[in-house]
Formats: sequence, structure tokens, C-alpha cells
Amino acid sequence: MPGLQIQNISMRFDLPNGSHVQALQDVSLDLKQGELLSVLGPSGCGKTTLLNIVAGFLAPTEGSIILNDQPAIGPDAERGMVFQQGALFEWMGVRENVSFGPRMAGKRASEWAENVDHLLDVVGLQDFKEKMVYELSGGMQQRVALARCLANDPDVILMDEPLGALDALTREKMQGLVLKLWKETGKTIILITHSVEEALLLGERLLVMAPRPGRIHKEYRLPFADMGVGKDLREVKKEPDFGERREEILGMIWDMEEEIMGRTEESA
Amino acid sequence: MGQIISDLSGELAQLFVSILSALPAIIGYLALIFLFLFLWGIVKKRLTPTQDYTSLKTVTFGDESTVVSDKAASIISVVLIFVIWGAFTGTSWLPNFLHAPGPFIGQDTFTYTVETEDGTRDDATVTLVSHRAGELPETPEITPGDGIAKDDVIVVQAYRTKLLSWDANDDVTRSEGAKIVAIDGREITRETDVETGFARVALTDKGTLNIEPGKGWQMESIWLPAPDSVVSRLMSVSRDGYQNVTLAEHLSYSLFRVIVGFFLGALIGIPMGYAMGLSNWFRGWFDPIVEFMRPVPPLALIPLVIIWAGIGEQGKIILIFLAALWIMAIAARSGVSGVAITKVHAAYSLGASKMQIMRHVIVPNSLPEIFTGARVAMGVCWGTVVAAELVAAEKGIGKMIVAASKFQDTDIVLMGIILIGIIGFGIDVLMRMAEKWLVPWKGRV
Repeated sequence: MPGLQIQNISMRFDLPNGSHVQALQDVSLDLKQGELLSVLGPSGCGKTTLLNIVAGFLAPTEGSIILNDQPAIGPDAERGMVFQQGALFEWMGVRENVSFGPRMAGKRASEWAENVDHLLDVVGLQDFKEKMVYELSGGMQQRVALARCLANDPDVILMDEPLGALDALTREKMQGLVLKLWKETGKTIILITHSVEEALLLGERLLVMAPRPGRIHKEYRLPFADMGVGKDLREVKKEPDFGERREEILGMIWDMEEEIMGRTEESA
Repeated sequence: MGQIISDLSGELAQLFVSILSALPAIIGYLALIFLFLFLWGIVKKRLTPTQDYTSLKTVTFGDESTVVSDKAASIISVVLIFVIWGAFTGTSWLPNFLHAPGPFIGQDTFTYTVETEDGTRDDATVTLVSHRAGELPETPEITPGDGIAKDDVIVVQAYRTKLLSWDANDDVTRSEGAKIVAIDGREITRETDVETGFARVALTDKGTLNIEPGKGWQMESIWLPAPDSVVSRLMSVSRDGYQNVTLAEHLSYSLFRVIVGFFLGALIGIPMGYAMGLSNWFRGWFDPIVEFMRPVPPLALIPLVIIWAGIGEQGKIILIFLAALWIMAIAARSGVSGVAITKVHAAYSLGASKMQIMRHVIVPNSLPEIFTGARVAMGVCWGTVVAAELVAAEKGIGKMIVAASKFQDTDIVLMGIILIGIIGFGIDVLMRMAEKWLVPWKGRV
């Protein structure tokens, strides 16, 4: 069965003072090929830990990750990752960054050059192919990061707040780009974000996680991502449903945050 | 312990006295800085004002970005050093009115008064001729004159003193109880000297006169040679060499040691730093060694290196190697540790192998740190090689200045120091250019 299964993942690690942290408890999830899942939650709910486990950077204490019926252990080229920022290689130009994956796989330039050029056109960097990455703005750098991930043609793309460091306008443009790439490439995407609006706009499925221990609190299926493809995202935000959902989820996260605050105050 | 403390406080007191005596010079120099600031301000007002973004800022005090090195100040400052240097050495490069008063050169006379045992007094004239080093003026002919005291002639080199046995030609002698009681009519004793205006005259214990022509404010060339004599020395030494070794040979030997020693230090130090940055075991293994050796100044190793390796090239190259090794190891270690984990993660999830991550991520990421380390190491190596040559060497720029100092060839010493400074600066400029060319992304991430 093609797709990504997250099976009963638990993550518990010891602290130097003898106590331990239950970062994740029994998280299970079944993602079909081509689904876009956005993950929301208050800080400390384990969403980045979950993503690192899926990417293979962390080994879970229990459970397993199954990709296309094969257990996935350790990082590999099938699970591409887009980071918030600072993951580009400054010592390479834009084209070298984007072609990094194919080059490391030992492919000849003739095999990847066309695809890399095409991807740079798709993300709107046709005029910046020969630049060094440190000459680009933050938004452009994230476009390079997206293109670099796509050039490697992974089955799953993991995004750790990829738009978190961008200004509001650039962010909105990039949200449109992510939707477009998702529809065009049919990739399975897990997107972690802090922004409820972004999670609603991009997520076909939306996961709200709760902290202490990190677990799935609630899951939604949403129509907005499909609406937003090729459309003005601001129109989607005006939908009455959108506003309702946003208030509901915001309230949910607010309650969790207050509970955490209350608990720390009690313990202090 | 109490003895040490009292000795050290004595040293401190002496130091304080020296600082106090230098205070007028320091204050004078500060006054010059402000004087030129004022003068340049007047000149600047007459020039067309630029109206760039910075000059339109109203808040400049405290805004670090508005402080840029003033080119005019740099030029004036460097020129002033040469002017001061020239003024106090009487260089031919400066017009005479800029010279500080020089030593007395020429001929003048003073009189001395002799008193015999029975109280009679008589005057005689001394003709003093003072000349520069290396010149030998003719002794003027004089008539001895009347009376019991006869006139004398004395020839003294500038900055030197000479004893005058005034009674050699007189009718009375010191052994008969005659003594000098006054110079130019002013009383002289063993405690009080007399300044004649062109010389200082003192009475010795034996009753002779100690004559010192006026020194003026200029430095004797053995203390501080004039800039023109340093330049002419540079010409002659680079043409003919010094003590049968050419300047090019001295410099080549020093540079050879630095380059070979630094290269070997980097060759071992960088892999060592990488190993420390990439493996717990190697970090644990080398940490105590590196952390202990790093604070030991390479100069402190000179005696041991001489004992072990002698004064040949090997010893000096070992020393430079050790000076570069720890710096390069630490630079490489922090270069590796400084790699952002997101970059490594990104490379893994793009399918790179460990070797590929080393080659394409870790090494390029550590280059800026390694270059910073190399610049520091080069500076330290250059300083170390000169110091090592001061202690023991046959050739080398440090050897040249220490040999010159033994023969009091101060102009060569000064020339060597200036060359050492210029070469050290040149090395740093070259390193910075290489850095700009090889790691253009440095500081732009």
C-alpha cells in the first residue's frame, strides 16, 4: 500500500537529573500518497520531534515508520525535508544547491540539468539561477530550498515551519506556491506550522497535537486546500467555514497553553 | 615573600617616576592630535561638503556605523611620526627650522679662575672645539697669555666628554695647592656645575675640569638614527648585505621557516581539529593536550627546542610548527562544531553519504573558521620566528638585528624592525585577499 504509516510512535528520553520526558505517546497516523497534512499545536507538544522521527533523524523508543510498505530507518532521499531557514549551502550557487541531491546520487549533469532549470522556473527564480544563495532574500532562499527538495524527487516532503521566518506578504505568496507544487507533483507532505491560518489553508488534513505527553488531540479533514489551488487565498479566508474553524482551533490551542501555564505556576 | 613585595614595590615606584618624566612628551603629543583636529576642521569647512546618507544623520555620537577611520587623520599621524623622528635626529629631509636644537658644534671660549694656596687669583681662557663623530678639526693655534694661569685648547666630539688638565701648562699646579674656583666668573665646586651656554663644566675629585659640549634636544644616532640614514642603510645592506649575508638571504630564511612551519602545522592541525570535531574519542583524547599546550607561548619552548634540536633549521621549524599546530587544530575544531545541524540533516535527507557530507558540507562550512585561524597563526608564527632568531640563528631577519645591536648599528636594528613590521602586515593582507577569494560567503550568512 503506497503511503506513509506512522505506527504507535512513542518517544521517551531520560534527563541528566534522573527524571524523564515523554515527548510523544502512542501517535499513529495513516497518510495516503499525495495527502497534505498540516500539524498544529502549542510549543512542547512534540510536533518537531515527530517530524524528526519521520525524517529518520531520531529513533523512536517505540513504534515504527512505514513508507510504501517498507520500514524507514534513518534518513534517506525518499523523505525530503524543508527547514525553516539556514539549511542552504552558502558555498554553492543556486543551481548547485538545487542539483545537490542528483549530484550526490552520482547523476550526470545531462540527467538533471533540464529538471533543475524547470524547477527553478516553477518556483519563480528563473532570473536568479546563477546567483549565490547569500545574495538572495529570505523568501527566495525558501524557494531554493523547495526546489532543492523537489529536484531529488522524494516520496514524502517534510516541512518544519518552512515559512515561519518570512514576512506576512511573502508568506502568503509562498503558501500559494506550496499548494501549487503539491497539486502539480502529487507529493505526500507533512507541514508543521505555528499559524492556524496557514494550517487551515494548506492542510487537506489537519492534526492538532496536545502537550505533556505529546499526543494527537484532534484531527480534521478540510476543504480549503482544494479550494485554494489556483485561486486567491484571501478569498478562501473569507469563507464562513474558515473563520469558524479558525476560532475553534485557536480556542483549543489557547486552552492548552493556559493549562500549561497554570500547571507551571502550580509547580512553581 | 616580604622581600619580593618590597623589591617589586621599588620597581613600581621607579616605573612611576619614568612615566612621570615621560608625561610632558605624552601631553605634547596629545596636544598635537587636537591641534591637527582643529586645523583639519578648518580646512574641511572650506572644501565642498558631501551630502551622503551618513553625513545627514543627526545622531552620530554613539552610532557605531558613523565612525569610520578618517583618512586625513591617518595620513597626518604617519607623517607626524616621521617629522618627529626627523626633528629629533636632525635629518637632512627636513628644513632646518623644524629641527630640534642640535648639539654644540664649532668653537667657543670660557674662562677659568685659579686660586693658589696664598690666595692670589688669575684667569685663563679655554678654547673649546666640538665636532661631529668622524670629523677631525684642526686644533687652533693660541698664545698662552700672561699671568700664572695660561690659556688652553680642548677638542671634544659632540655627545662626548673630556677631562682638561688645566695646570699642565700653568705656572702653578694642583699638587702645589692651586685649584679652580670659578668658571666665567661663576663659582664652581664639586657639587655645583657651571653651564657656559655651549657646554657644561664640572670639577672632578682630582681638581681637573670635565667638559661636556651642549647636547641639545637631538638624539645621538647610536640611540636613534635619522630616517635618511636608515633608508641609506637599507639601500646599502640590500646591495652589499650585512656581515657577508645579503638582506634577501636574511629575509628568505625567515620566510622559509614561517611558511614551512606553518604549512606543517596546518597539515597536522587541521585533520586533528576535524577528528576532534567529529569524534567523541578523539575530542577526549586531544582536548587535554591541546588545552594545555595552547596557553604555553611558543617562545617559552625555545630553550627546550634548542636543547633537543640544536640551533639549525629543524629546531626553528619545529618551533613554528608547534606555534601553528594548536591554533589550526582549535580553528578546525570550531569550524566543524559550527556547522548548523539543519545543513547536515538537509544533506542526509537529500541522500548524501558520510563522505559526501564531509566533502560538500563540513569542509566548506569550516573554511571561514580555518582562515581566521590561519591569519592568527601566521601572525604568531612570524613573531615567533623573529624571536627565535634573536636567540639563536645564523641567518634571518631577527639574527640580523641582534647582530647589528651588538655592534651598535642602530640604523640596521631600526631598518630590521620596520621590515619585520611591513612583512607581517603584508602577510596579513595576503591572507585577507586569499580569504575573500576562497570563502566569499564569510560573514554573509
